[in-house]
Amino acid sequence: MSDLSNQTKAAGEDRHALVRKGLARRHRTEWLFRAAGLTAVILALGFVAILFTTIVSKGLPAFQQAYISANVQFDPELLNLDPAPERQAGQSQADFQAQSFAWQRELAMLNWNALVEASLRDLLPIGFEIDSRQLLSIVETSERHRLREMFVADPSLLGQTVPVEMLASANVDNWLKGTINRELGDAQQQLSAPARQLADEFYENGVIHMGFAWALLTNVDSRSAPASAGLAGAFMGSLYMLLIVIVLAVPIGVASAIYLEEFAPKSRLTDFIEVNINNLAAVPSIVFGLLGAAVFINYFRLPLSAPLAGGLVLTLMTLPTIIIATRAALKGVPQSLRQAALGLGASRSQMVFHHILPVTFPSILTASIIGVAQALGETAPLLLIGMNAFVAQIPTSPMDQATALPVQIFLWNGNENRNFFEARTSAAIMVLLGLMISLNAIAIFLRTYLERKK
Amino acid sequence: MNSLMIAAILLVLLGLAYQVGWSRSRALATSGGGRFHSRFHYHGALVAIWAVAPAALILGLWALFGQTVSASYVQSLLPVELVSAGGNPLATAISRVRALASGYGVAGEVADYEAAAADALARFQLIVTLIVVGSAAACGILALLFARRRITPRLRARNQVERAITLLLVACSAIAILTTVGIVASLVSEAIRFFTFVNPLDFFFGTVWNPVFSSTGGGSGRYGLLPLLWGTTMIAIIAMLVALPIGLMTAIYLNQYAPRGVRAVVKPIVEILAGIPTIVYGFFALTTVGPFLSGFGAMIGLDIRGTSALTAGLVMGIMIIPFISSLSDDILSQVPTSLRDGSYGLGATQSETIRRVLLPAALPGIVGAFLLAVSRAIGETMIVVLAAGNSPVLRANPLEPTSTVTVSIVNQLTGDTDFTGPQSLVAFALGLTLFVITLCLNVVALYIVRRFREQYD
Repeated sequence: MSDLSNQTKAAGEDRHALVRKGLARRHRTEWLFRAAGLTAVILALGFVAILFTTIVSKGLPAFQQAYISANVQFDPELLNLDPAPERQAGQSQADFQAQSFAWQRELAMLNWNALVEASLRDLLPIGFEIDSRQLLSIVETSERHRLREMFVADPSLLGQTVPVEMLASANVDNWLKGTINRELGDAQQQLSAPARQLADEFYENGVIHMGFAWALLTNVDSRSAPASAGLAGAFMGSLYMLLIVIVLAVPIGVASAIYLEEFAPKSRLTDFIEVNINNLAAVPSIVFGLLGAAVFINYFRLPLSAPLAGGLVLTLMTLPTIIIATRAALKGVPQSLRQAALGLGASRSQMVFHHILPVTFPSILTASIIGVAQALGETAPLLLIGMNAFVAQIPTSPMDQATALPVQIFLWNGNENRNFFEARTSAAIMVLLGLMISLNAIAIFLRTYLERKK
Repeated sequence: MNSLMIAAILLVLLGLAYQVGWSRSRALATSGGGRFHSRFHYHGALVAIWAVAPAALILGLWALFGQTVSASYVQSLLPVELVSAGGNPLATAISRVRALASGYGVAGEVADYEAAAADALARFQLIVTLIVVGSAAACGILALLFARRRITPRLRARNQVERAITLLLVACSAIAILTTVGIVASLVSEAIRFFTFVNPLDFFFGTVWNPVFSSTGGGSGRYGLLPLLWGTTMIAIIAMLVALPIGLMTAIYLNQYAPRGVRAVVKPIVEILAGIPTIVYGFFALTTVGPFLSGFGAMIGLDIRGTSALTAGLVMGIMIIPFISSLSDDILSQVPTSLRDGSYGLGATQSETIRRVLLPAALPGIVGAFLLAVSRAIGETMIVVLAAGNSPVLRANPLEPTSTVTVSIVNQLTGDTDFTGPQSLVAFALGLTLFVITLCLNVVALYIVRRFREQYD
């Protein structure tokens, strides 16, 4: 008897020892597994951190830009021109137009560069020798057009001397910021040696100073004058497209979600629609671009590069997202609410529009904003409908040629003046991300605010 | 007569009709017409629907087919030999006449027949616009009057309004189907046109991708799909090698180990990665990851190109992490607690429970998430456009540049919209391939995920 119990006891101790022996190994595995999980989380967070720090560190310098403070004299000898023609009584429209065209041509033929050059020569340190091409290379080429526009807007400037903050050229910007290697030999530098020396001297005595790069936000894209290239045109293009998406995708998406969730009978057809929508949500965005190129551009002949076509493509792309999110929100409404409304004699539409929709409004709003934000960042389909065209004007309607913020990033990224545009591209990305983050923040704020109000 | 004005007129008509219906029914009710079945605003809405629907229908038809009608009218004005020649000269002539008619000038000399056609077209457009807008307005007002006469106390205005609303809702959900139909129809029809230039066998099994642009058009160039498909596959594999372990382990850690507070902070931060536009990832890959990798390669004596399958795959993997982690997180949460508790009760450690009980139970769902992520990796465009190097050659080394289906679509179609040659039409054949592959992946994935959800519901 005691023998037997001893035996079991021994066996139990054996097993105990066995388990205990394995325990250390098992705990080690546990620890390793847990460490692996933590590593994964840290890696994921690390990627977020690296992504944002590289973009911000690359982009921040581009928000500062070199300006040249100069006094420009609108010299009457250089600006030898009759006053702008005014329409005479009895003059025909065509005649007047021809006359003003001629005047403008004459205006453009004037030597505006001489104005710029004269103002810079005044600032030269005593004894500094530089030829006019090299001297002009430190000013952005857009500035002479700006002087012309100032003059057209206010002809009384003739003969006056006014202080003007001119944009320094992109090459000067690179040189001063050190984005180009300062040790490189003359052959690899974009600026000639005297121009580089002058830029340094001007920077030291304060003629050239760094200021906030307003051009980035207020100007349109420019090829010939990189330092004056800005996002305003792309921003308006994106804005038009977003308006189209908001006007079309949100109501249509919410309406179809309501139908599928609240009205549709359970049938093969609605099942098919559901599968269809889930699939559409996972179709690559570039396929929507192909659809847009074939249907909107080639069949309906919508204008190429217009925000109208882009907005329609983005609408179709955003629809499934909005439908799925709205359906999820509608599913979350307790069944009792529906039964109470129906039980009191409300019709189905009254139930939906008077009771269900107001309850889900915050979620639907959030879903819509998130869908719209997603559309804002989309690039690939827009390339296929010609929105990567170079557009030097702010579009004034959805039918005008335009580009979009993400496409502008793509275009700048491909610019040959890499030294300058890498920073500008990062800055554009910061603007785009800023917009998207604010949209999402608005969504979160609205949801919490509306839900608290209830 | 621009579209904004037409929209404004429609809106005015809408408001007017509503007001007419509302006040008419109210007047009837106060003058003792008896108890009304529906409330006044339903009568207003019904009259508004009656008034606007026919007008909107006419204007919509005109918006859809007006261009075609005016194009054929212009053709009838142009010299016969120009029309019978067809092709580009005809299209140019039509657009020149249109530009003249709308008052913009055109480049070059204006031929006599062009000026005459432009005058006729301008007159035609004016008349047609007047007819269309006039008939729309007439129909709207007639319908309004008719609907107003229908108002009686017994008219079931509410039911009719609701039926109209339901119809509108059905129409809205039909747009999703129309989109799919549009995608399939446009891809298939253009792809078939492409296959009249290039033998489908040469396309699907060709190993050389070299779409030569030539002015003569015709079937010049080689359009082999395999190098592109291989590049796509390689990049997707690299992406999944990055995303699957990190995403899945993140989901497991956040779902099982992390304290509530940590989870509440970390989960949204990781999901930020999902909201970043892909062009930003492309830029990141091109300017940061690529140089880093090639520098690293030089350090250990490997020749890694800045733009390569590895660069693109790595960054795409980072993009997909949140996709895998949030889907897996959802799925892990759906596994019943009883399974977990049972395992703990038998003395298993937490990691043993996760690996032997939780993951097998969640496996179908995770496979579904994996397939969805693969489909996303295959369809991703901007990262590979910027960072894969655009070198459509069949090679196995992931450290070399490569190209993908999506990159080629962008290259072939960007800036070209007269789909006449195989150079641009091939984009649709590629798009069709891409669509079919992702569709299969999505259908299987969605089916698996759905089955999984039902299993534990």
